Amino acid sequence: MHVHFLDPFHNGTSLIHRLDPRVKLVFTLAYIVTASLLPFGAWAAYVLLLAIVLSVELASELGIGYVLRRALLATPFVLAAVPLIFTVPGTLLFTFSLGAWTFTASLEGVERLLSIAFKSWVSVQMAIVLAATTSFPNLLMAMRGIGIPRLLVAIVGLMWRYIFVLVDQALRLLRARAARSGATPEMGRRVGGSIVWRAQTTGGMAGNLLMRGFERGDRIYAAMAARGYDGEVRAFPLPQVPLTQWFGLGAAIFLFALILLFSILIVG
Amino acid sequence: MLSAPLSPPLMHIPDGFLSILVSVVLWIATIGIVAVSLQRVNRDLGERQVPLMGVLAAAIFAGQMLNFPVAGGTSGHLLGAALATILLGPYAAVLVMACVIGVQGLLFQDGGLLAMGANIFNMGIVGVVVTHFLYRTLRNLGSGKRWTIFVGGFASAWLGVVTASLITALELAISGTTAANIAIPAMGGVHVLIGFGEALITVGALAFLYFTRPDLLKIGEAKPAGRAVWLAGLVIALAIAVASPLASSFPDGLEWVAEQQGFLNNAHNAPYQIIPDYVFPGIGNAALATIVAGVIGTLVVGGVAFALAYARRNRSVVSN
Repeated sequence: MHVHFLDPFHNGTSLIHRLDPRVKLVFTLAYIVTASLLPFGAWAAYVLLLAIVLSVELASELGIGYVLRRALLATPFVLAAVPLIFTVPGTLLFTFSLGAWTFTASLEGVERLLSIAFKSWVSVQMAIVLAATTSFPNLLMAMRGIGIPRLLVAIVGLMWRYIFVLVDQALRLLRARAARSGATPEMGRRVGGSIVWRAQTTGGMAGNLLMRGFERGDRIYAAMAARGYDGEVRAFPLPQVPLTQWFGLGAAIFLFALILLFSILIVG
Repeated sequence: MLSAPLSPPLMHIPDGFLSILVSVVLWIATIGIVAVSLQRVNRDLGERQVPLMGVLAAAIFAGQMLNFPVAGGTSGHLLGAALATILLGPYAAVLVMACVIGVQGLLFQDGGLLAMGANIFNMGIVGVVVTHFLYRTLRNLGSGKRWTIFVGGFASAWLGVVTASLITALELAISGTTAANIAIPAMGGVHVLIGFGEALITVGALAFLYFTRPDLLKIGEAKPAGRAVWLAGLVIALAIAVASPLASSFPDGLEWVAEQQGFLNNAHNAPYQIIPDYVFPGIGNAALATIVAGVIGTLVVGGVAFALAYARRNRSVVSN
């Protein structure tokens, strides 16, 4: 098993690690909903949201650097919002011409772009903390806790167990292809036939992976059936959420509501 | 490091890019369709459902790492929705794709949590339904001959990717987070090319399976998915084909349309105008409020850091 580093979970004993996974999941969702409900340009509220996520990162003892580095992965999508600079009407900022087109940037457009980027940035940070402080079995428990059908949770659980095996298989296929189609470090030199040929080879690999998936699924089913599996998903009853954590969650959601109200009064 | 090749670009919407209305509506649609799929697949597969769907979801997840170099450092990727649809039929494919996208969002932040409903809807449901509709139609037109597997696979994989990307751009435009007249042609244009990569890989995979395990290709066929999915595919494909060029002629995003219809004012501004021109007590303007918030935020973060350092020092004293 070579890809255990795929698992984003970081073992620890911090306050955040010890919280009930259901509380963490609901808190994260409430935080993200708050971020996306805030109006554009509510900078005061954005600063408070950033303070909250930074505090949670500190309390999780993951290291702020780790979270911020991972949060960068989501940045390319900001490109999608860039056209807003030129299409949102408002105070003129600058204009430039490119061939036949003239682009007019507006202050409001820039503010909206920055708002979207900021909201997305703090939301992804909170999601990273959730994934890094909650082990997968606990995440499954949280999913059951918020009412996702047991059957679906069982499928996701089984998927997670075999992801490592199948990703390993995919890496082996990629390595075998690299070994046989003469990859070269030389820049700009094409290797391994035409694009269609390369795509078809990759297709063969995908087919191979799926075929092995089918066969493995059958074997797993046979093994499960041999051990008494009858299609019924049985699970331990969920433990109670401690009362203090209920209060904490309630207080957090109240705080989010206050921030929303505050930002609406200031900006609205 | 690994998560970069895990997903094709610009399809997984992160949080913060969709309005709450769009997110919630698509979450509701997704929950309904996934629930129906769960029941249908359970009826078809019974107790084999959990192991087979789980492992195949893992296989599609791993399959998305397979890529091939195209030109200039770009590469073609497998999304897998078309392959899953052709092999498993639409209901199982929806289930498998929902699991893949769910795990990508929850664990790897490939796509947001609030936006997950939309992501499953775009890639898992629209992609699957459109693929199924076109593949079935072409198979029937060619009266089930062998070549229709490959032609149908190619065309339906391509169309599935393109419609999924167009609906993604539409949702962003409706949310007011991008300009429809730029985003829709750009997303569509890029995915017309990405779609060819997906189509070629899908045909390659179908060819491989056709010659090694032809019985697997019969699983998807064995369960004719009914007229409902076929019709839904037709409707979605047509709606997107009509809506996206229409939308992209509005430079101001779809907000323009929304304003004309008046629903944006109802949905957005009304709750904010309960107290018009109200000034927060003691805080004159937004700039001052931001400064106050900055001070409060710094105090909070500083306080947490201080408390942690204090707790840690106590801990190390105890362990000494």
